[in-house]
Amino acid sequence: MASNYNAKEEDGHQPAAIGHGGAGTVKNKKPDNTAFKQQRLPAWQPILTAGTVLPAFFVIGLIFIPIGIGLFVTSNNIKELEVTLTNYSVWLAIFHPCYNCSQSYSWNSTKPCTCSVPFSLDQPFESNVFMYYGLSNFYQNHRRYVKSRDDSQLNGDKASLKSPSKECEPYRTSDEKPIAPCGAIANSLFNDTLELYYIDPNGSRTAIPLVKKGIAWWTDKHVKFRNPGGNDNLTVVFQGTSKPVNWRKSVYELDPSDPDNNGFINEDFIVWMRTAALPTFRKLYRIIHKKPNMTPTLPLGRYILEVTYNYPVRSFEGRKRMILSTISWMGGKNPFLGIAYITVGSVCFFLGIVLLIIHHKYGNRNHSADIRS
Amino acid sequence: MGSLLSQLGLECGRKEVKEEERHLRANDREFNLSYEYADNAIKTSKYNIFTFLPLNLFEQFQRLANAYFLFLLCLQLIPEISSLSWFTTVVPLVLVLSMTMAKDGSDDINRHRCDRQVNNRKVEVLIDGELRSEKWMDVQVGDIIKLENNQFVTADLLLLSSSEPLNLIYIETAELDGETNLKVKQALTVTGELEDCIEKLANFNGEVRCEPPNNRLDKFTGTLTLKGEMYSLDNERVLLRGCTLRNTQWCFGLVVFGGPDTKLMQNCGKTTLKRTSIDRLMNVLVLSIFGFLAVMCLILAVGNGIWEYQEGSKFAAFLPKQEGVNAPFSAFLTFWSYVIILNTVVPISLYVSVEIIRLGNSFYIDWDRKMYYPKSDTPAEARTTTLNEELGQIKYIFSDKTGTLTQNIMTFNKCSINGKSYGELLDFSGQRVEINEKTEKVDFSWNNLADPKFCFHDHSLVEVVREGNPEVQAFFRLLALCHTVMPEEKKEGELYYQAQSPDEGALVTAARNFGFVFRSRTPESITVVEMGELVTYELLAVLDFNNVRKRMSVIVRSPEGKLTLYCKGADTIIFERLNPSCSKLKEVTTEHLNEYAGDGLRTLALAYKDIDPKYMEEWKLRHHEASTAMDEREEKLDALYEEIEKGLLLLGSTAVEDKLQDGVPQTIEQLSKADIKIWVLTGDKQETAENIGYSCNMLREEMTEVFIVSANTAEEVRKELQTARRKMRPDGPEEPTVTKSRSGLFCLLKTETVADEPVDGEYAMVINGHSLAFALEKDMEMELLRTACMCQTVICCRVTPLQKAQVVELVKKYKQAITLAIGDGANDVSMIKAAHIGVGISGQEGMQAVLSSDFSFAQFRYLQRLLLVHGRWSYLRMCKFLRYFFYKNFTFTFVHFWYGFFCGFSAQTVYDEWFITLYNLVYTALPVLALSLFDQDVNDRWSFQYPKLYAPGQLNQYFSKRAFVYTVLHSGYSSLVLFFIPWAAMYDTVRDDGKDIVDYQSFALLAQTCLLIAVSIQLGLDTHYWTSVNQFFLWGSLCVYFAVIFTMYSNGMFLIFTSSFPFIGTARNSLNQPNVWLTMLLTSILCVLPVVAYRFLRILLWPTVNDKVRYKVRQDKVLPPAPRRVQARRTSTRRSGYAFSHAQGYGDLVTSGRFLRWTPKSRPALFSQTDSPLAQTQPQFYRTINEGGEPPLSP
Repeated sequence: MASNYNAKEEDGHQPAAIGHGGAGTVKNKKPDNTAFKQQRLPAWQPILTAGTVLPAFFVIGLIFIPIGIGLFVTSNNIKELEVTLTNYSVWLAIFHPCYNCSQSYSWNSTKPCTCSVPFSLDQPFESNVFMYYGLSNFYQNHRRYVKSRDDSQLNGDKASLKSPSKECEPYRTSDEKPIAPCGAIANSLFNDTLELYYIDPNGSRTAIPLVKKGIAWWTDKHVKFRNPGGNDNLTVVFQGTSKPVNWRKSVYELDPSDPDNNGFINEDFIVWMRTAALPTFRKLYRIIHKKPNMTPTLPLGRYILEVTYNYPVRSFEGRKRMILSTISWMGGKNPFLGIAYITVGSVCFFLGIVLLIIHHKYGNRNHSADIRS
Repeated sequence: MGSLLSQLGLECGRKEVKEEERHLRANDREFNLSYEYADNAIKTSKYNIFTFLPLNLFEQFQRLANAYFLFLLCLQLIPEISSLSWFTTVVPLVLVLSMTMAKDGSDDINRHRCDRQVNNRKVEVLIDGELRSEKWMDVQVGDIIKLENNQFVTADLLLLSSSEPLNLIYIETAELDGETNLKVKQALTVTGELEDCIEKLANFNGEVRCEPPNNRLDKFTGTLTLKGEMYSLDNERVLLRGCTLRNTQWCFGLVVFGGPDTKLMQNCGKTTLKRTSIDRLMNVLVLSIFGFLAVMCLILAVGNGIWEYQEGSKFAAFLPKQEGVNAPFSAFLTFWSYVIILNTVVPISLYVSVEIIRLGNSFYIDWDRKMYYPKSDTPAEARTTTLNEELGQIKYIFSDKTGTLTQNIMTFNKCSINGKSYGELLDFSGQRVEINEKTEKVDFSWNNLADPKFCFHDHSLVEVVREGNPEVQAFFRLLALCHTVMPEEKKEGELYYQAQSPDEGALVTAARNFGFVFRSRTPESITVVEMGELVTYELLAVLDFNNVRKRMSVIVRSPEGKLTLYCKGADTIIFERLNPSCSKLKEVTTEHLNEYAGDGLRTLALAYKDIDPKYMEEWKLRHHEASTAMDEREEKLDALYEEIEKGLLLLGSTAVEDKLQDGVPQTIEQLSKADIKIWVLTGDKQETAENIGYSCNMLREEMTEVFIVSANTAEEVRKELQTARRKMRPDGPEEPTVTKSRSGLFCLLKTETVADEPVDGEYAMVINGHSLAFALEKDMEMELLRTACMCQTVICCRVTPLQKAQVVELVKKYKQAITLAIGDGANDVSMIKAAHIGVGISGQEGMQAVLSSDFSFAQFRYLQRLLLVHGRWSYLRMCKFLRYFFYKNFTFTFVHFWYGFFCGFSAQTVYDEWFITLYNLVYTALPVLALSLFDQDVNDRWSFQYPKLYAPGQLNQYFSKRAFVYTVLHSGYSSLVLFFIPWAAMYDTVRDDGKDIVDYQSFALLAQTCLLIAVSIQLGLDTHYWTSVNQFFLWGSLCVYFAVIFTMYSNGMFLIFTSSFPFIGTARNSLNQPNVWLTMLLTSILCVLPVVAYRFLRILLWPTVNDKVRYKVRQDKVLPPAPRRVQARRTSTRRSGYAFSHAQGYGDLVTSGRFLRWTPKSRPALFSQTDSPLAQTQPQFYRTINEGGEPPLSP
């Protein structure tokens, strides 16, 4: 009479036990017995145990430390030389050869100002050497600055050439003619000319050949930037447009000698147009190719950097640099990654040990199965 | 019940224009139309084709989140401010709006369909002197309509005439109030004369004046004016829409209220939308996030002001200032720009995801086979899909008794006759044999009047009866005679009993099966078939039951002329009145009674006495005098009864089992292990409630004390409560500790929380409805709450539906705990609606409770699965989801904040705009959904094994303000890592071919990839239950991310949409750099390591129950033992009393014959459902068969 509580009915793992008797019965509202609907999907249920966590810490430590050392050594092997062209933070700046140029120069002056900065290399630079210009405190990542460009125009769209995007304001039109290339980024193109001379021990100057092609991304050069109407006769194509306000020459005069490097596809221009993420940045200026013979690309000794000082940085208290650097598989010199890896690896290892000790001391708390049911 | 519905309905369904009085004339449409009453068409749908779009959009934008995003969109249209392209907001907003719109639309289409179906039902209407079949919606006030059997009542009607004698009709009101018993309505005699004569009806021109439309189901006032005479109308004459006509061939009615004016429609007011506590917390959090957002924007705006002042002016040569924008104004603009950029802290997809998760978890409830009840083919149903996680936080359960804890079935289980106990099966060694479904049943086939459903296992009793043992025969004769049951015999031999209480039904049925078949009764006689022989006893008196007497007797004269008094009642009462000669038998019977009580059975002692005819004559005279006395009638009658019920001879005792539903004690035990307090609120009398309390282990012998509060004045009640409290906690403070705080949106809600008070020992409290009424008064409710909350078990008996709701409200108000109410009947509706979560038992008692509930299933025991498994999982999932969701969005957003310091606070984004658009919608949407739909810490069996796992939910541990702050700090750390590691790693570095890599686009790609990988790993850490779906979604999302960036940064996309995809080539040029990958690895490890170390340490040093169980599961690698199902036999010395019923018996009705009316032979049973407890309290019309055409079987 007192019907006993049927345990089977509560137990989904024995589904056959219930129901009105298997197949052929009337269709009822009984829910389907699928793993999904009954929430019995097979699953992997990892938990953090000493067996998994502690080895993980040690393994991470053991992997990170060698990587870090490798990175650190690589970074240290990279040779880098920085030549300051303008520096406002140091009071000695007044003795800098370019001080006068930087003081007097503004966008509007017509007379070029040149200065030569001597420097010396303590060790020879092997293989390819890359020459960068660096700017500090230059907010290329300012929102208004970043969007002040017209990608369609730069991609050779003729309609955009005649009527640039509104984003380019206030560098959209000049004298009621559209500006090509429009916008604040293009307008502030870096236009210093840097030349490098090696001073022989006998005192004569040898110009180092600086290659100006191959400094931009391939995709930028060949896809993103295109001259309107191909590369022929840029003068005609750009007729009816105006040069950016700060420019001294038009866009089709950037490199008249090489039609593949002129107009919008001028690599110096492309490099500038790839705006930097941070206010301190460096951009590739020239490449000094490795010499075919065994002599180093840049032997040790004295050099002179001839600067045609066009670009004013005084106004925003910026710092202008020239950097010579070799590179490695991990890019330029940056010891941070190496140090970070070593540190994280060591911390991991140390944490592993600490956790191991704690585990040995208190680890059995978990084992005592004193769970009140 | 009706009053309750009206109470609930009072707040809703008010019309704007108040109708003072309704005035209508039958068969006069023109006259009635002049009042412009609503016709009978109903409309529950909200929109039509033209209004759908504007109305729905309007409704959607009333939601805070949607309005916020609309506001953002407007901000983005201002070019000076717009820091993000329009699509970053429009795409998610449109998606969210259209999803909601689709759902609302399909809901409304369903409502349209329902409306159309109802409106197009056909009914016969009397128009122009003939009956025409018309659609429901064309019926108008003042029409006369004809209803046939089993038809739904079309509108609120004034009953005119019916096919039945006396103009009676029968209706079923289940749809209206949930009561399944039939009710009788009667037409006025003057209109009843119309009968079905169409001509007369067509000429009927009565005028009705009545109350305006309202929602009171139990009240109707009006007058009918016919031929200059006024007749008053009341509820008896009115048929309400929603009822069904039963057992009546036809009837005519005059439409009084139509469509929206009907009481049914007036009652279906808007139910208050229940929100979960997490919802409320989320609202508060979202609000504080807004504040937080404002602070961040303010900091950045100030930064921008300073930057513009110091740097911007000098930088003007390269980046000219906007016209008319000075530093402060620029700061102002930047503020709004950052509001746009940082809006992802309050992501719009949060709300959508939350709804999806809840819906998913509701489906799991619907799909659960272990909550499916095969006997009635009822699966569990989540009727509200928005409350799931609250199921994991229940602290108090309020349960109904009848039909919820019990099956509301009484079975005759054991008996003790003349010192011998029957009903127990013993094996050879004298040990009890467990009785189960396989045990052989006693064969009653020798008795062709036996009830086939009755089963008994002890063969010896039948043998004794058939042998003709006089005591045993007397025992069953008593059971067959001493009761107030009404028999009904539809077909020869098919007897149905209408019992006032199920106990009585069980006893009379037992007598029937053992050969003493109660066949029929008249006011003066009872006819019994005794062992196949028809015997008619003359019924001389019924000494009825009441709560003081606790017994009932009948005095009958047998055909031989012997006068006998048969008495049954509570053992203590009977024992006091026994003849001293039975003292020995009394001792043995007492032993048996103790045994029965120990088994949780309801016992009753039986005794009889032969009466001297002379004495009887004299007594009868006095009885007549007393019953006609003008004053002190009750007392005089009582004294008379007392006098004759003396010197009784004991026959034995019966034991009736109030069958608990399967698994109730185990469920209660499990739930109390999970720290859930269960209060039983029942309309039953105290003894019954206590008895059930004992049999389902809520009350236990070993409890320190069970307080019983039943006092008649407020002061006494207070005193009893205070005494109980002081006993439980002698050193406790007199004044309750009340924590006052403010919560809710804008801290507008004042809350008072009474702290839980610890008590030594286990206590229980039983309080009756009368005392409860006093205790629920304003000045005493605190006392009640304190005392009740100290007790392990609280049982409130004889409470009204309203009191049930009040008790729930009281706990809700002062405990700030989540409450759940479970019940099956219409009387539970109030508490189901009042509690945070209402659960309906889809059982025998109509659908009212289920209809107003949030979850429903067929058996009480499924509650433990609903709470301990589904609730716990839902809560866990929701909390994990929220924590993770906030984590991923805060991390995402904070990186922007840090970047602000490096881009001149110019509101430049760190990531690609497309990434911002797709981050929440595509890249991280599915993995987190999978987490929150599949995750489980331990499986269901372990959840049952360790009910303690439920505790974190009650304490709000998984998601609270504290957890939120922790999440924010965690995101702060992650975002620092995610910004500064790439920053430092990329600082002044170049590619391996010397070209640029620290350009904005490459940096954005690096930062967003790091972010995505880091949050994916974090998701992995949070996932406890890795199904293949989780794996697929996680890896899939990462793959999709890479596929999307390579696509979006491809040549083709750039050439087609030049201005939208300026990131051309970034992926190719960055992702082939080893240092980019090394940076990603470093950031991911740095994000995750501290979390792993912290979690590991916490598990090691301060493991929670959850951790322990998970560890154990892993260690054992076996399934836990299936939950114990053995019902422990209680060893109790407690004696349970007899529960006749709530109300005074209707013995006087039986003898007066007033309610024994005519009945036509052809009618099917009216009361097919005998076990409705409501039937006990409702006035009912019983009929006997012996006045029909067929002659009775009496000799």
